Amino acid sequence: MKSYVEKRVICIICPRGCEIRVRLVDGKIISVEGYSCPMGKKYAEQEVCSPKRVLMTIVRCENGDLPVVSVKTSGPVPKDKLLEISRYLAGIKVKPPIRIGDVIIRNVLDLGVDIVATRPCMPVENKYSDQK
Amino acid sequence: MNKTYDVAVIGGGPAGLAAAIKTADKGLKTVVIEAMNRLGGIPIQCIHTGFGLHYFKEDLTGPEFVYRFIDKVMDRDIDLLLETYVEEIINESMMSKKIKIISPKGSWIIESKTIIYAAGARERHRYEIGIPGFNVAGVYTAGEAQAMMDLYGIMPGKKILIIGSGDVGLIMARRFVLEGAEVVGVVEILGYPSGLTRNIVQCLQDFGIPLLLRHTVTEIKANNGRVSSAIISEVDESLNPTPGTEKEVKCDTIIIAAGLRPRTKLLKKMGVLIDPRTRGPIVNDYLESISVPGVFIAGNALVINDYVDYAVEQGETAAESVHEYIENKGVLSAEWRKVIPGSNILFVVPHYVSGRKDVVLYSRVSRPLENTYFQIGGIGKKIPLIKIMPSTMLRIVLRKTELSKYIGDIVVEAVEK
Repeated sequence: MKSYVEKRVICIICPRGCEIRVRLVDGKIISVEGYSCPMGKKYAEQEVCSPKRVLMTIVRCENGDLPVVSVKTSGPVPKDKLLEISRYLAGIKVKPPIRIGDVIIRNVLDLGVDIVATRPCMPVENKYSDQK
Repeated sequence: MNKTYDVAVIGGGPAGLAAAIKTADKGLKTVVIEAMNRLGGIPIQCIHTGFGLHYFKEDLTGPEFVYRFIDKVMDRDIDLLLETYVEEIINESMMSKKIKIISPKGSWIIESKTIIYAAGARERHRYEIGIPGFNVAGVYTAGEAQAMMDLYGIMPGKKILIIGSGDVGLIMARRFVLEGAEVVGVVEILGYPSGLTRNIVQCLQDFGIPLLLRHTVTEIKANNGRVSSAIISEVDESLNPTPGTEKEVKCDTIIIAAGLRPRTKLLKKMGVLIDPRTRGPIVNDYLESISVPGVFIAGNALVINDYVDYAVEQGETAAESVHEYIENKGVLSAEWRKVIPGSNILFVVPHYVSGRKDVVLYSRVSRPLENTYFQIGGIGKKIPLIKIMPSTMLRIVLRKTELSKYIGDIVVEAVEK
């Protein structure tokens, strides 16, 4: 007996939110319907097999114009690793200057992706020193 | 300080920056007036992705998106006034506006031929959505919480209840969980979420956060001046709390994510007419106020947009309009045709079209609809919509050729098949 499953995935690539139907026979994808772009098709296929997300968070920045700098993973990571990475990044401190695209941590937790800055952080003397 | 600008852009967010880049490129003397001590506006604190998919065809975070515009502004001959608050705009004449400003350097008046008003939106607060009670510590709007966490690195609380399912609230729910807080739930009074579906999926479902539809908070309880719990009730068809359904939920922080309103105080003061549907200004297809010539409006100050890309598009349209306005000493007169929101339509922007150029209509439906046609009367344009929610903004381009097919008011409707 072949196992026949249809899974519904709401695409999160863009705000459009397409409802994509993925049909599987014995765990193998046989059809994908309802997507509006190739990125959506790829997302739905991955979401059914092994869901991944890009993590976006912040890390501390000492003596910067803002006390934190925003970062993201350079690519999607398994969904169940999000909290683990976030917890790890809570202990990281960086120093300005930081520019968009700077690698903050290479190959974070051996997941094969880097943590990169998404916002610049420039040195400013004492601006937020009362918050240290 | 005694120079007259061609255009004064009020607001240094995406719409204002995009407008300023374009007016400067057209050789217009441009000044950007920004109340904060930095350019970029709200996207600086929006560290999530989803920005720029339309404009750059890339998935960027808020800061990455807006820094592309900041860099372009820095490369151009654009005057910048930071930490500068606009107190009043005075419409002297068609080609002269006076802007009263206050900054740490003092208070003075700037003169400009035209205005691009891109001052964004404000958040709705608890009293606007009928959450009564004393003003206790621990109640924040979603945007305030976002600024605290993602600009200044301060956690607003540990056990959080979110009221309203607007996008910023959903995005903050995920941020709270990632930073180690517990989100006890998202309470939404309507039967459907007001945020985008993708945010329901990736911000709530991914982290197992409950979404309570048809519920409201009827009381916020406090202990020593700090939120300690909330009373949640189910609501009936007319959105009134149903007695006997009250539940007490423990939390130390309440986030109000009840959506945005265009910031229009300065506009109203100078006589700009406001559309009660969008709560933004009434504009023609040049994005010019219909009551105050030479005042152009873009971004969330015009209409609450889903995508930053639309705010940028409006900024660029306003910039092109300013260029034409200055060349012709005013927007050329036209047989203005009214755009009328018909059945199932919450609003349409712009409110009048000239028929002289292609026009982009921004619209929302008034309730969730399935198997619908979005149709534009007279022109005979029909767009099928399989599923459409009020949270999804519709963007429809009407070509000049389509507009010339029919003379008369343009009725926009969503009609079920």
